[in-house]
Amino acid sequence: MPDQLIFGIEVLLNGLMAGVLYALVALGFVLIYKASGIFNYAQGVMALFAALTLVGIMEGQVPFAHLINTIFGTEIHHFGWHVPAVLAILFTMVVMVLLSWIINRFIFKYLVNQEPIMLFMATIGIAYFLEGFGDMMWGSNIKKLDVGLPQGGSFWIEENTQWMGLGNENFYGFFLDQLDLVATVVAIILVIVLIVFAQYTKQGRAMRAVADDHQAALSVGISLNFIWVMVWSLAGFVALVAGIMWGAKSGVQFSLSLIALKALPVLMLGGFTSIPGAIVGGLIIGVGEKLFEFIMSSKSIAGELFGFTIGATENWFAYVLALLFLVFRPQGLFGEKIIERV
Amino acid sequence: MFYREAGDFSTTYEQDSQTFPIRFDRYRYYVVLLIAFAVVPFLINDYWVNAVFLPFLIYAIAAIGLNILVGYCGQVSLGTGGFMAVGAYAVYKLMTAFPDVNIFFHVIGAGIVTAGVCVLFGLPSLRIKGFYLAVATLAAQFFLVWLFNRVPWFYNYSASGQISAPERTLFGIPVTGAETAPWAAYLFCLVFTVFSALIARNLTRGMAGRKWMAIRDMDIAAEIIGVNPMKAKLTAFATSGFFVGLAGALFFAVYLGAVEVGEVFGINKSFLVLFMVIIGGLGSIFGSFAGAAFLVLLPVLLKNILVSGLGWPTDLAAHLEFIIVGAMIVIFLIAEPHGLAQLWRIAKEKLRLWPFPH
Repeated sequence: MPDQLIFGIEVLLNGLMAGVLYALVALGFVLIYKASGIFNYAQGVMALFAALTLVGIMEGQVPFAHLINTIFGTEIHHFGWHVPAVLAILFTMVVMVLLSWIINRFIFKYLVNQEPIMLFMATIGIAYFLEGFGDMMWGSNIKKLDVGLPQGGSFWIEENTQWMGLGNENFYGFFLDQLDLVATVVAIILVIVLIVFAQYTKQGRAMRAVADDHQAALSVGISLNFIWVMVWSLAGFVALVAGIMWGAKSGVQFSLSLIALKALPVLMLGGFTSIPGAIVGGLIIGVGEKLFEFIMSSKSIAGELFGFTIGATENWFAYVLALLFLVFRPQGLFGEKIIERV
Repeated sequence: MFYREAGDFSTTYEQDSQTFPIRFDRYRYYVVLLIAFAVVPFLINDYWVNAVFLPFLIYAIAAIGLNILVGYCGQVSLGTGGFMAVGAYAVYKLMTAFPDVNIFFHVIGAGIVTAGVCVLFGLPSLRIKGFYLAVATLAAQFFLVWLFNRVPWFYNYSASGQISAPERTLFGIPVTGAETAPWAAYLFCLVFTVFSALIARNLTRGMAGRKWMAIRDMDIAAEIIGVNPMKAKLTAFATSGFFVGLAGALFFAVYLGAVEVGEVFGINKSFLVLFMVIIGGLGSIFGSFAGAAFLVLLPVLLKNILVSGLGWPTDLAAHLEFIIVGAMIVIFLIAEPHGLAQLWRIAKEKLRLWPFPH
């Protein structure tokens, strides 16, 4: 096989892996949107906050250490213990549930029956608040997150795909990051668990009922407040998983919440109300932006076809693709058709 | 007592339909304008102009622009930063391409160019609405910033990739470049701000504004009573783009002087202007000013109190600013969705009867 083609396939595989990570963030959006009609812009910041909290608990950081030291002139930073990863994840989950409860109790309780766009803007406010709060609580420096996930390229895949070069001696097998492989497996498990939860448990059924019709759900005795807190906690859990994966890949830092913005075009593509849509949309965006970047920045492809090359297209490709897509199919690939009643 | 319309009789249609029909209101605005034009320029120094007045005036224009789109026409846009960048780069290209033309016309030209670009990205609004549109405008934000970063023609092939404003004069007095006196920059921006506010105020209470508000309140009903949604939405995008373009042009040429597009006109700028509109008041020109003043003054205040007063490190003050702004957004959306402008209206109502309410 020619070099360009092999390289293209490798780009495609890596795009699939990146897409899985986008899909992980997008899942959280879908959960909340389906159950409460709130488009939660803060999902990305929730992932950042979860990752920050996880690192903070694992390292035994004192919350608000910077603030306390400034006000009281003390010099405290760490409790001096290290919490094992599993325990720390549990603690973080408790924090996320608490956060969900606070958000619902003190914010969305007062915004019932507001227009969706108001709710959307409220979540932007929450995102800002949480961003400042997380940084103040745990410090804003870039942190390393190590929960024992494998890092680096997978030699096994590299060795076992060498034959696919078909006599091309520049080819040494496909390079895939082990972390991406783990993320893929985790994402698949997460989706299966979520689907099973939604289909076969009592709370899952109640959740679907609320998603279908708030008033009808209320009238058969489902507590909206409980369901909303539960859904936000679930979204917090998904955010935690996404935060762990992204954090292990590129460190826990502010850009995490920007990466999460990419989940928006993913949803546009897949449809706001569909869990499979989030996955497929994520894969399409992941593959699309990597391939587009590869084609447009490669001299031998774009250079010969168009006479010029452009780089760093990953910043906007997803959004423009979603924009074009919206014009032709506003509800996305798998979303419910938008019907307007007067 | 302080605010009343008693004894204020309109005898002609002109009097009845003027911008400020109540005499007290009118005189108050004349006094504010007089102070802004004749008193402030003599009192201000470099610090006040650069820290407070210039950002306030320029953000006020941007907030008016976004308010027309979000507050009056109901089309949420998250691409304000990108559109401001269009204004900045348009004025830069015009300034360098036609050095003999007056800078005043360059700024206007930048506004017109931005209006065109804004209409282009407003086209999807004909099919989608709500936060779908908000995400679609994110495309504008990221695409435009990337474009100005990557295509050398826009920054005249300069080695650093930055654009910097050359010196241009108005009546022989420099208003851009390093030699600009604080009062000249202030007055130059003030003229644009006052005219933007006047135009916007009159547009929004005229036919165009009523059409926008009809679309905002219910687009299907508006269509049935004869408002052309395409025209109404696209004129809203064009008008909004014009003002945002003006703001971007002034922000680059007069305020900053040199700009690196990703840093200055990033997504955070879009949110900042949106927050000004929400906190100030959706659908109010006065609200745009109030919101801009609030969000320009807040960091200055925090910095002066916390960093200079209490000796806190700057990063802690920055985090606190995020927390306060986020909390303010949520509090305003819950307690007073019409923002500071509504508080002002309530205060005026109270003052009419003060100190003897019924």
